[in-house]
Amino acid sequence: MLRFVATRLSSLVLSLLVASIVIFAVIEVIPGDPAAYMLGLNAEPSAVAALRDQLGLNGSVPLRYLHWIAGLMTGDFGVSYTYRVPVATLIAARLWVSLPLALFALALSTLIAFPVGLLAAARRGRPADLAVMGTTQLGIAVPNFWFAMLLVLIFAIRLRWFPAGGFPGWDQGLWVSLKALLLPAVALALPQASILARIMRSSVLDTLGQDYIRTARAKGMTRAQAIRRHALKNALIPVLTIIGMQFSFLLAGAIIIENVFFLPGLGRLIFQAITQRDLIVVESSVMLLVFAVITVNFVVDIAYAAVDPRLRRRR
Amino acid sequence: MRVPRTLIIGAALFGMFLAAALLSYLWTPFDVTALDIAARLRPPGAVHWFGTDHFGRDIFSMIMVGARTSIAVAIVAVAIGIGIGTPLGLAAAARHGGLLDEIVMRGNDLVFAFPSLVIAILITAVFGPSALNAIIAIGIFNIPVFARIARSGAVSLWTLDYILAARVAGKGRLRISIEHILPNIANLLIVQGTIQFSLGILAEAALSYVGLGAQPPTPSWGRMLADSQTMISFAPHMALFPGLAIVLAVLGLNLMGDGLRDLLDPHLRRWRQ
Amino acid sequence: MTLLSVRDLSLSIGALPVLDRLSFDIRPGEVFGVVGESGSGKSMTALALMGLAPESARVSGEARFEGRPLIGLAERDICAIRGAGIGMIFQEPMSALDPVQTIGAQVAETLVIHGRMNRREALQAARARLDRVGLPAARFPLDLYPHELSGGQRQRVCIAMAIALRPRLLIADEPTTALDVTTQAQILDLLKSLVEDEGMALMLITHDLAVVSGIADRVAVMQRGRIIEAGPTGDVFRNMRHPYTRALFRASGHVPARSRRSAGQPILEVRDVHCSYGGGRRRLFGKATRIRAVRGVSFTLHKGENLGLVGESGCGKSTLSRAILGLEPLQGGEIRLFGRPVGPRMDARDRAALQVVFQDPYGSFNPRWKVARLVAEPFNLLPTRPRDWRTHVAEALESVGLKATDMDRYIHEFSGGQRQRIAIARALILRPELIVLDEAVSALDVSIRAQILDLLADLSDRLDLGYLFISHDLGVVRAITDRVLVMKDGEIVEQGPTEQLFTAPRHAYTRKLIAATPRLPEIPTRMMQDDN
Repeated sequence: MLRFVATRLSSLVLSLLVASIVIFAVIEVIPGDPAAYMLGLNAEPSAVAALRDQLGLNGSVPLRYLHWIAGLMTGDFGVSYTYRVPVATLIAARLWVSLPLALFALALSTLIAFPVGLLAAARRGRPADLAVMGTTQLGIAVPNFWFAMLLVLIFAIRLRWFPAGGFPGWDQGLWVSLKALLLPAVALALPQASILARIMRSSVLDTLGQDYIRTARAKGMTRAQAIRRHALKNALIPVLTIIGMQFSFLLAGAIIIENVFFLPGLGRLIFQAITQRDLIVVESSVMLLVFAVITVNFVVDIAYAAVDPRLRRRR
Repeated sequence: MRVPRTLIIGAALFGMFLAAALLSYLWTPFDVTALDIAARLRPPGAVHWFGTDHFGRDIFSMIMVGARTSIAVAIVAVAIGIGIGTPLGLAAAARHGGLLDEIVMRGNDLVFAFPSLVIAILITAVFGPSALNAIIAIGIFNIPVFARIARSGAVSLWTLDYILAARVAGKGRLRISIEHILPNIANLLIVQGTIQFSLGILAEAALSYVGLGAQPPTPSWGRMLADSQTMISFAPHMALFPGLAIVLAVLGLNLMGDGLRDLLDPHLRRWRQ
Repeated sequence: MTLLSVRDLSLSIGALPVLDRLSFDIRPGEVFGVVGESGSGKSMTALALMGLAPESARVSGEARFEGRPLIGLAERDICAIRGAGIGMIFQEPMSALDPVQTIGAQVAETLVIHGRMNRREALQAARARLDRVGLPAARFPLDLYPHELSGGQRQRVCIAMAIALRPRLLIADEPTTALDVTTQAQILDLLKSLVEDEGMALMLITHDLAVVSGIADRVAVMQRGRIIEAGPTGDVFRNMRHPYTRALFRASGHVPARSRRSAGQPILEVRDVHCSYGGGRRRLFGKATRIRAVRGVSFTLHKGENLGLVGESGCGKSTLSRAILGLEPLQGGEIRLFGRPVGPRMDARDRAALQVVFQDPYGSFNPRWKVARLVAEPFNLLPTRPRDWRTHVAEALESVGLKATDMDRYIHEFSGGQRQRIAIARALILRPELIVLDEAVSALDVSIRAQILDLLADLSDRLDLGYLFISHDLGVVRAITDRVLVMKDGEIVEQGPTEQLFTAPRHAYTRKLIAATPRLPEIPTRMMQDDN
């Protein structure tokens, strides 16, 4: 097991290294002078020169890369050009919205998808299954930002149950904050839940077709017992991968939903930074997201090994 | 062989949008570039079937023209994915466990680690918002998808005896990949192609919703939704119809994908017999 | 007194009848054999009795176990019998166990499910049952996972699971078909001793007449969903009243007529060959591990000679066959065909003299090609494809007993036996000197196998064709080869003329293999004559 973790860990570090080089390179290949690009067309030459200096653009490429990485390691992400505050502070503040939102949506998606997927698998071909398959087919096809707009129209504008957007801040009380996050979380979770439920269903059905389920039933188990005792744990293995991927999507892919609800989250920060050409914020926060994705995948790999003994002992 | 019902329904739904897109080159009920402030924000009715927007443009006509953008962007993005991803996957599988295989697989993992929407936004923002850059941004993320599908399909085929027979007949890896492997993974690629097609339509809508897709005056579904947002409380029809267009087009493609899988998958077919 | 009494059991799936009014009895403590070829309905019989038939199946008729009805029971009632009154094991031990649970937990589960014990007692009982099936605690602790065991060991775990509650009847569906012959002998011995010690009855389902004749007290022969003949084993085999039983028996022990030839000049020379194949790469850019599969093999094959190569799975015979076909590089030694070296870079013209037929009649052909193109594929080895290539294909198809018009059909239109004929036609099209037959008849039913063996013998005689006949099946090798090599752990442990090697084996491993092979009973020769 230790060996397994060690090899995974080394590949995690390698992935991070390559990813950081790619991100750095993308910013490097931006046509023209990054400082001029950031300041726009009518910038004073002196301002451009000052920014170049601040960005360390006068050093050699490898040196700048090392400087950037060293900064990331020590928590120094640079200073935002547009906001004029340290990027680390900016990101930390935004994470307090994005992270709870992502977790909220993930919890919703998983809580809906597991029982629904299981139900469909257990009732394969019957009305309940057809209903689930039909609904989820629709759920996958709905763009989440359009669904969000419909939610706003119904629950915020017509019924006035929830705010139409904005985030009051956690210091305004837990209930108010959760209320502000509920509609965005539902909008994010519904398409994800549809995908997850379908994967859950097909994964359970796949395992139900395995020989060991027949063995289990030959031991005297009912179909339901065989599902509970043998199919579930095996079916969970592919589902875990998807949950891992969904978490990273929810963290970063919430950009659009954050725009619909005017939430001050990480996605919106990146989006604004991109449109305002604040490359310092873009570079570091994209790297942070990639770090999150790779780390989550790492955790999923370890979770795999915990579920599947074949991975644990070999090697 | 019976054609699955999902394929018929899906093809009909998607065919409707394809037909509308093609027809829009010849005819639309109204000119989508002509502004008519007097007729602004009309609800659906006999003249304007889906109503008008805040500039008085006909929403039905805009959806017809918008279908062009959506379909074109998604098709080219899928073509990029298949065109680059499939050869990569085939080459990796031809030397399964070799260095190239390792590099392709690690490269795939790496691309998957990047938040695709964020990178797409970055690409379109840096190189300027346009339909072309949206295509490139979406297409790049299709490459690893097809590389992975092609590789996993090819790897299982490479273990079959008919591949060994072809090698005994003196055929090289390239020729075997083209003659024996590619035709037999075409099913997988077609099914995945329809799925990526529908994801491409969703991604294009998202990008143009935030203003990074096709630029005005070219109508696009995502843009129409963005425009409708501030008017949703008093003109909900502006948000309803473009959204429904996206849902139905994507639904049609997904149903087509399911149907094609049932039709083409020899494993499933054998099981049903 | 009967344990299981079946009357008029029928089963159909949709409009397709699978079982047709089966009636038989199983007595306490006896071994009841069920034999038949694939599609005879023998496995479905067992599943129907266990209430495990597919949901779309319609079952009718009556089956009583210890006097109580089995068919049409509610799920809860049949579950109380499954595993407790009737245990069952299946063909494929590699996939029959849950990969994410320990063997101890899986054996104990049988006891817990039926509410006989709590978990801790069940684990103790599981330990005792595993000891009983030959998996002692020292080497096989309860917390092993299935992937840490071999196929034979997994089948023992399955048996322990099935007998955990000491059922009165054990149904074994082809329990040894997926196993090597020496492992098969051990598992059959285990089953036999369980029947004797525990007073349990055994319903043994198999395609192998020799297995049944060695172990069963009574036997039923099935064909197309019917029991065509049943009775005490000795009686059935002595009299064989039904023509199908006779045909099956003849096919099982079939020896094709072959003319003896004196060995010609050497074609293929294998000298001190070492091969290994790549295992997984541990790290990116790391060195791939190699597994040494063939270690110092030497032999010579002469023109027109039928040379057998026998060995159990994992002995290296497949790796060796690939090396001989020039598909893999050698790690040592040399292989020469007509004096010229064999390898991945060998000349196309040399390759044309060496063709191959594989085991799997389904995986051997590109499903998208028509037969003509499939059979003509080796023409790739010639500088140009002959203009009259379709004539060549037609001749090749006719020489294997198919019609010339078959060339315009797709491969899925043919049965397994026909496909194997097409594979032989493909191997013949360039008129090679030597064909490697890699388990070429192993996947076929006995009656089809007999026909293909006849065809191979006939072709070898007519065309003076040499074979390297690779197989795990000693009976088949004995029937068709002039000389045999016995392979174990990558080395040839014994070689010699076929009859001599089978009647007077010198190496201990050869003796063990021959002893483990089930034997058909001796039958008066009048039975062996053709009915028609």
